[in-house]
Amino acid sequence: MHGFVDAILVVLVLTDLLLLGSFRLGASVRTSALQGVALGVLPLFAHHHGLGADAVLLALVATGAKGVLFPWLMLRAVRIAQIPRAMKPIVGTAASVVIGMVLLVLCRELAPRLPLPYSSGSTLVLPVALFTIFCGLFLLVARRLALTQVLGYLVMENGVFAFGVAGLPPGSFTIELLVLLDLLVAVFVMGVTVSHISRTFNSIDTRQLTELKG
Amino acid sequence: MLWLLLLLPFAAGVLALLLPGHAGRRTVLLGAAATHFALVLVALAGAAPPAWGGRLALDGLGGLFLLLSSGLFAVASAYAVGYLRRERVLERLQGTARPDFLEGGLFANVPEAVFTATLLCFLGTMTGVCLAHDFQLLWVLVEGTTLASAPLIYFHRHHRSLEASWKYLLLCSVGISIALLGTLFLAVAGTDAQGGSTPLLMTALAAKADTLAVPWVKAAFVLILVGYGAKMGLAPMHNWLPDAHSEAPSLVSALLSGALLNCAFLGVLRGLQVCGMVGEAAFARELLLGFGLVSLAIAALFVLRQADFKRLLAYSSVEHMGLLAVGVGLAGAGGEAAMLHAVNHTVAKGMLFLLAGNLLAAFHTKEIHQVRGALRVLPVSGGLWLLGLFAITGTPPFGMFHSELALVRAALEQGRPVVAAGVLLGLGAVFAGMSAVFLRMCLGAPRGAVAAPAREEFSAILPPALLATLALWLGLQVPGELAALLRAAAAQLGALP
Repeated sequence: MHGFVDAILVVLVLTDLLLLGSFRLGASVRTSALQGVALGVLPLFAHHHGLGADAVLLALVATGAKGVLFPWLMLRAVRIAQIPRAMKPIVGTAASVVIGMVLLVLCRELAPRLPLPYSSGSTLVLPVALFTIFCGLFLLVARRLALTQVLGYLVMENGVFAFGVAGLPPGSFTIELLVLLDLLVAVFVMGVTVSHISRTFNSIDTRQLTELKG
Repeated sequence: MLWLLLLLPFAAGVLALLLPGHAGRRTVLLGAAATHFALVLVALAGAAPPAWGGRLALDGLGGLFLLLSSGLFAVASAYAVGYLRRERVLERLQGTARPDFLEGGLFANVPEAVFTATLLCFLGTMTGVCLAHDFQLLWVLVEGTTLASAPLIYFHRHHRSLEASWKYLLLCSVGISIALLGTLFLAVAGTDAQGGSTPLLMTALAAKADTLAVPWVKAAFVLILVGYGAKMGLAPMHNWLPDAHSEAPSLVSALLSGALLNCAFLGVLRGLQVCGMVGEAAFARELLLGFGLVSLAIAALFVLRQADFKRLLAYSSVEHMGLLAVGVGLAGAGGEAAMLHAVNHTVAKGMLFLLAGNLLAAFHTKEIHQVRGALRVLPVSGGLWLLGLFAITGTPPFGMFHSELALVRAALEQGRPVVAAGVLLGLGAVFAGMSAVFLRMCLGAPRGAVAAPAREEFSAILPPALLATLALWLGLQVPGELAALLRAAAAQLGALP
C-alpha cells in the first residue's frame, strides 16, 4: 500500500506547485478540487490493517467535501459575484513557484529532525504535509482576493488533513474533528458568497472587501 | 451537572430563535444567563463529578475562567436587554435601513432573534472550552467560539464590520488549524513504538507522562501557543483584535475581551500543563515570557498613537494578555499574580467596553478628538469612564494595582530585573497614553451639538457600575473563596494536574 500513499503525496506536492503558479481563479479552484479528490482517497490506503468502515466513511465525506462541494461553492461564488478571473497576486506566479521550491527543500530538511516515535506508513508524510501547510500560508498572504485566501486556507487545512490521516497510527484520532474542520471551511466559503451577494444586491458599499488583505 | 452547564445555553439559544416576541426572547437571554451563573457557582461550591468519560471536568483553572466568562456574560446580557431595546427604538424612528453616522450610507441590523441565539451559543462554546479536558474536544470548542462570535461582530451590517468579521474568521481559523496540527503532534507524542495510542485526556496524558515523546510535546506546545495565541491576541498574531473589538457592538466587544481571550489563554495553559508533565515547563515558560513581552511592547506603542477609543481599549487588551503570558512565564508567584490579573482585567475591561458603547451612542463617533466633556453630557457614564481609567491602568486602590505589583515582584524575586523593567516600562507607557486620552475625553465643554439624553438609562449604567464596584472591591479585599480558586488554578500551572 505504500506505493499508493506515496503516489498520492506526490500528487499533493504537484498540485501545491500548480496552485502557486496559477493566475486564473477558475483553474486554481479546479486544481484544488483535484487535490481534494487525491486526499479524499488517502484514508483508503493509509491504514495497513485493511479497510475499516470508518476509513470508508471518512474517504466518502472528505472526497465529497474537498473534491466536490467546496470547489462547486467557490466556482458558484465566482460566477454570481462576478469576481475578476485573474487573481492580481501580490507575489508574481513565477516568484511564487521558486519560493515553493525553496519551501519544499526546507521541509525535506526539517522533517528528519522530528522522527516519528513509531513506524509510519511512509517517510514522505511529514515533509509533504508541512510543505502543503506552508504553501497554504503563503497563498494566504500572497494573494489578495477574499476567495483566494479561502483557497489558501483550504490548502493549509489539506496539509493538516494529510498528516492526520497518513501520519498517525489508525484509531488514534477521531473522524469528527477533521469533518468539523471541513465544516468550518464550508461556513467560510458561504460567508464569502453571502458577502459578495450582498454587494451585488444592496446599496452597501463593500468594494474594499474584494481587496481585503489578511 | 456539567452536561447541564454545557447544554443550557444551547437550549436557550434554540428557544430564543423560536420565540416570536422580543420580550420573551430577552427574558430567555436574561434567565439563561442568570441560571448559568448560578449553576457555575453551585458547581464550584460542591465538587461536580467529571462527565463523558473524563472529557468534561471542572478543575481550578477551568473553574476560574468559567466563573469569569459566565459572570461577565450575565452582566453583559443585562446590558444587552437595554441595548437591543434602544436599537429597536432607533429602527422605528429611522427605518430598518439606518444612516451610518460614521461614513454615511445605510446599514441594517442582523435580526434580533439570530443575534440573541448566537450570543447564547457563544456562551455555550465558551463554557465547553472551560470544561474540556480532552485536547480534541478543546480544539472543536475553541473553533466553535470563533464560529459563534463572528456573526456577533457583524451585527451592524456595514462594510467595516464585514471586513472586521472577515479578518477575525480568517486569522483565527488559520490560527486554529495550526493548533490542530499541534493537537495532532500531541497525539504522535502519546503513541508508542507499537502504534498504541494515548487518549488526549489530561488525566491519561498525566498517567503516561514518562512515555510521552518529549520533542513532539515541545513541537506541539509551540504550535498550540501560536495557534491559540493568535486567538488570544498575543502579538504578532493580534491583528484581528483591534478591528473586531472596535466594529462589534460594545457588549460583544466586552465579551470578546473579557471572556473569549481568557478561553483561548486556557488552551495555551493546557499545553503548558502537558509540558509540565514531561518536565519541559521551563521551555514553555520562556516562550510565553517572550511572546508576553513582545505583546506588551507592541500594545504600548499602539496605545500611544491611537485615535479611536474602542481600538484603544482593544490594544489595552493585547497589553493585558501579554501581562498574563508574562505572569505565567515567570512561574511560582507569577502564576498566581497572572490568575488574579485575569480576574481584574475581565472586570475592568468589561466595564470600559460597556461604557464605550454609551459614549458612542451619545457622541456618534469613535474618534477620541471629537469627544469632549463626557462628564457634562453623560455624568454617570463619564464618571465611571474615569474610574475605569484608574481601574485598567492599575491605580490603587483598584484590584489591578495588586496583581501588577505582584507580577513585578515575582519577576524581581526570580532574579529577572530585565523582565520587571520591561513590564514597568510598558505599564508606564500605557498609563501615560490612556490617561491623557481619557482625561481629555471627560473634561471640558462638549464640541458642537451632542444629542445628549435627558437621563441616562438604568440598563446602560447599572451593569458597568456593578463592574466598577467589583473592581474596587477586588482592590480592597479578595474574597476567601475566590482566593482559594486562584490558588488552585495557580497550583495547576506549577505542578502536575
